[in-house]
Amino acid sequence: MSEMEEIVGSPFLNKLSGPESRFEPLNSGNLRSDGRRPLELRSFEAELTTHPSADGSASVSHGLTQVTACVYGPREAKNRGLTMHDRALVNVEVSVAPWAGEMRRLRSRGDKRTLEFAASIKSTFEPVIQTTLYARSEIDIHIHVLQLDGGLLQASINATTLALVDAGVPMLDYVSSLSAGLYHTTAMLDLTSVEESDLPSVTVAVLPRSGKVTLVSMETRLHVDRFEEMFKLAMEGGKVLRGEMDRVVRERTAALARQMEGGVALKEDDKMDTDL
Amino acid sequence: MPREVEPSINQREFISSAIQEGIRADGRAPLQARQMVIRFGNELGWVECSLGKTRVIAQVCATVTRPFLERPFEGIIVINSEFSPMASSAYETGRPSEEEVTISRMLEKTIRRSEALDREALCILAGQKVSIVWVWTLRVTLHFLSDEGNLLDCACVAAMAVLRHFRKPDIEVVGDEVTVFPPEERAPVPLALHHQPMCVSFAFLGPKNALVVDPTHLEEQLANGTMSISLNAQREICVLQKAGGVALPADEVMRAVNVAVLRVRELNDIVTKALEKDSKTRVIEVR
Repeated sequence: MSEMEEIVGSPFLNKLSGPESRFEPLNSGNLRSDGRRPLELRSFEAELTTHPSADGSASVSHGLTQVTACVYGPREAKNRGLTMHDRALVNVEVSVAPWAGEMRRLRSRGDKRTLEFAASIKSTFEPVIQTTLYARSEIDIHIHVLQLDGGLLQASINATTLALVDAGVPMLDYVSSLSAGLYHTTAMLDLTSVEESDLPSVTVAVLPRSGKVTLVSMETRLHVDRFEEMFKLAMEGGKVLRGEMDRVVRERTAALARQMEGGVALKEDDKMDTDL
Repeated sequence: MPREVEPSINQREFISSAIQEGIRADGRAPLQARQMVIRFGNELGWVECSLGKTRVIAQVCATVTRPFLERPFEGIIVINSEFSPMASSAYETGRPSEEEVTISRMLEKTIRRSEALDREALCILAGQKVSIVWVWTLRVTLHFLSDEGNLLDCACVAAMAVLRHFRKPDIEVVGDEVTVFPPEERAPVPLALHHQPMCVSFAFLGPKNALVVDPTHLEEQLANGTMSISLNAQREICVLQKAGGVALPADEVMRAVNVAVLRVRELNDIVTKALEKDSKTRVIEVR
């Protein structure tokens, strides 16, 4: 009996059990469907140099959303016709694994949604990368979405930032991104896909050092007066994420430095680097 | 892929030094848009919009079809927005350019995702079995005639105007029997619209990233970044898209939002007035 009670009381079942109990984005205890508080982020994990063959790569996960980014270049452009005499060309290609979402679905490369997504990532990073240092060359960014549970854009931007840092491409600042939603008047950060389909949401990418915003993307209806609070909270959250990303980069760099000094026994974590 | 000719250094410097003094190449103030001219055709559901030299034609046609399996009680709306080389030599048929993808996705999000049209009202005959269900399929086709900047706003106004202008044939359902009446027999009925979202585009120009509304083609090419906001008259943001480009303080984004609110009200008035003027010239027969 007690087991039964436990299941009925779990917030996850709330949305599944029949039409009379609608999905509650925020329950009476001020907790969200996965037990987070409104301004709490999902667990953020990042790893650098996940792909030894790329010049730089990173894998980022926000909860169950997992994205890998690989950076090749700066290198000689494959398509000579598109090279620019004074700066590097940035190419972005996005592929979403068919099993990533809730239902298996194959997306073609010419899918307009994917193309738009790639274009917005490209124009986010073009002004941040110091492209003028690499005239007549090209930087290729490949993004692979492995698991999808909301926050695709934020995970992709964060993964790309880390991959570019890993590749040693000079940038003006980190670009850190976070999504935010609004339930009645409560703003919440880092939405899962269930929340994303129910609430108005915005994804914001910031340059944390200057506090400026490079990307704002909102696709759901929301009153102008409600927008500002949510937007500014997402920006603040982005700045916090930058600290996390910076910590990952520093750890990785310290591990590399230890190896270069030599004579220090490799830790288990650093073993992969010997493959390089 | 044909690459567009980049603006010359002289043009670049002229535009950027002019905007610092608050002047634009065509004599407008930074927050002044070009005049939107709307012209209706002889048939219901044909609109030509022009914004300066930018011109877009929008056309609607309705057919009776089967619905999608997963949405058996909803009509279907298709927005065709393919660029042809007619608009500008930079566009190619077949392969969508980046601009085309952005514009068609923005239109899709503004009109379809924001539920501007009541899709359930497009259902003609509902039933347990999909094989007996009939719905209306609305096809909005946009023809881009010339691109002198800000195709998106022009196309969006054209699409909204054409949906408000269009009338679908009246129907009658008796049991499982559907009768579609030709316009001579019964007056066609207007579509059910929830709200009228309109798109407002901005560009950030010059060394100080001055906010400029309704950019021309040259200004779009020289812009440090662009931003598009779709709103309705009830001050609800439907889409806000600032995809990269120059980084801005949050207040500048909010300022653009507030400018867009006013501009959308203006655009809505223009469309409403044009529709009123047009309806006076038409005799839509009442049975």
